[in-house]
Amino acid sequence: MTYRVHVRVIPRAGLLDPQGQAVEHALGVLGFGGVRDVRVGKAIELGVEADGPAQAREAARAMCDRLLANPVTEDYEIEVEG
Amino acid sequence: MRRVAVVRFPGSNCEEDTFRAIERAGAEACYVWHRDADLAGADAVILPGGFSYGDYLRSGAIARFSPVMAAVQDFARAGGPVLGICNGFQILCEAGLLPGALLRNAGLAFTSRPVRCRVEHAGTPFTSAFEPGTVVRLPVANGDGRFTADPATLDLLEAEGRVVLRYLDNPNGSARDIAGICSPGGTVVGIMPHPERADHSLLGAADGAGFFTSLAAAPAGAP
Repeated sequence: MTYRVHVRVIPRAGLLDPQGQAVEHALGVLGFGGVRDVRVGKAIELGVEADGPAQAREAARAMCDRLLANPVTEDYEIEVEG
Repeated sequence: MRRVAVVRFPGSNCEEDTFRAIERAGAEACYVWHRDADLAGADAVILPGGFSYGDYLRSGAIARFSPVMAAVQDFARAGGPVLGICNGFQILCEAGLLPGALLRNAGLAFTSRPVRCRVEHAGTPFTSAFEPGTVVRLPVANGDGRFTADPATLDLLEAEGRVVLRYLDNPNGSARDIAGICSPGGTVVGIMPHPERADHSLLGAADGAGFFTSLAAAPAGAP
């Protein structure tokens, strides 16, 4: 069956994330105090044909390692629906 | 005389300048399409600047899986000279032919202006026309130009003398002011500045010409 897979790709902690900094600054300007460590990444949704959720997760992991995330600069999290 | 292939990806936009810079240096230039499976018998390959595949996902991330990149990988591994300029540098990093990555500029701005760089490594096929330490003025034009690598990789690049170009006035927050690096053998080179936009006095600067005359002067037939 087809599993809905959600992949979140986030810049690795410790690396400068100027987008996160800019968003953090803007939130401060809007009066949202106490916001720290903002990081901006990507959300990728996939429909994955697989025999089960574990297989769908494994397939998504391989996709992240090869294409969806850059192993030098990004971490990823995978969530499989159902 | 050398035959130099310029790879065109969908979204490349510096290939014609690069083509002409090669010819002006006295070498023969040819285009290779990203779907091609071979490099048309070239002695050297240049991946030009631009926005291949619209920079979707990450700059260079999709282009690295183009059919032609398999041929570029084989050519590079056999010791063939490969130069990536700007988006070409990003593609070489994504392809694993060079270490590190190019991330969003520290100031978030797309930076398009001349910068001063020092040629740190004059032993590559693309920099042999320079004296080591030569300061050149070259345009940068990028949004994702901030060179990043883990500290161990940066130390290794420094220790092995693989920093090819270094900014004198770092425009984007690149680690250790790095503007260009090379492979361990020096044959695969990636640089963010655009020498093809500064290879003739009519363009306001001719400092970039050396990258192409270096190549034209090298013996043909490699690798």
